[in-house]
Amino acid sequence: MNYCSLNMSPRTRKRRKVTSPPEIKGFKPFGGSAKNNKPMINLLYEEYEALKLSDFDHYTHQEASVFMEVSRPTFTRIYSSALQKIAQAFVEGRGITIEGGHVYFDSTWYYCDTCSSRFNNPFIEETPQKCPLCGSWKIKDLDATTSDDLSVKSEKKVLYRCENCGTEKEKKRGAEKENILCDSCGNEMILYRDHNCGNNACL
Amino acid sequence: MIFAITSSGNSKTDMLDSRFGRCHTLVFYDNERGNLEFLPNPFRDEEEGVGPNVVRLIHSKGAGRIVSGSFGLKIKSLLDSHHIQMIIPEREDLTVSEILVLIDHGKKSGS
Repeated sequence: MNYCSLNMSPRTRKRRKVTSPPEIKGFKPFGGSAKNNKPMINLLYEEYEALKLSDFDHYTHQEASVFMEVSRPTFTRIYSSALQKIAQAFVEGRGITIEGGHVYFDSTWYYCDTCSSRFNNPFIEETPQKCPLCGSWKIKDLDATTSDDLSVKSEKKVLYRCENCGTEKEKKRGAEKENILCDSCGNEMILYRDHNCGNNACL
Repeated sequence: MIFAITSSGNSKTDMLDSRFGRCHTLVFYDNERGNLEFLPNPFRDEEEGVGPNVVRLIHSKGAGRIVSGSFGLKIKSLLDSHHIQMIIPEREDLTVSEILVLIDHGKKSGS
């Protein structure tokens, strides 16, 4: 069964507001079995933001949900998902990448390659051409970088999920023609997330 | 353009303070006139409303850009409403004098 083929599509998922993108793209484990080739765990931008608001900035879930413009239960689900992923990465010695997600940034952020500074643009009608600190032309739009990352990922991979045990598996696009079986329980897996699909359930 | 810089002390050799509201000193630098002012943060020991008070102070000084290590959520929206640009250097060990050199370099290249 494919969610995209259902006529009863779920309510449109709201984009989550993220203050600014994280400074780094992920973490790598070291020592022990860190050199094995286990796949990285992908922490979404909204999960990073939920963790930051709750455990770094010490906001309550209610306050943080207002900042992210989602309901309190949704915030708690995002936060819980972040904790589960980080726990899995710690226990299994897997790396973490921070990218993707269904988010928007509350202002456009730029990065200067010359002085390694991040800066925002408070003037929506103008696009900065130079770094406001050092005057360098070598600046890049962090928001655009994020979009690029998402599109590259979406072109190549789709995510399948086992409805029986919840196991997820990424496959190359085009694998939809064959039955994908769960490695854990042998149940047939369903297409769970396809960034190119456009259906609300897949975003 | 007037720049505000959060400093961990009241000299040029002190480092950038990563805190915004509770920074030790606010440095105001006018890169057109060359004026430099070190102002001890009058709100850093207050219990509440520190960030918004500092934003109001910076706005009253006419600063258009603020250089600091981090900004809180509430501060960000306030700075946006006053059209004050936030700049966050990646290097945490930058001194005030190094930041001033960067600003002067930026002015020469016309930013």
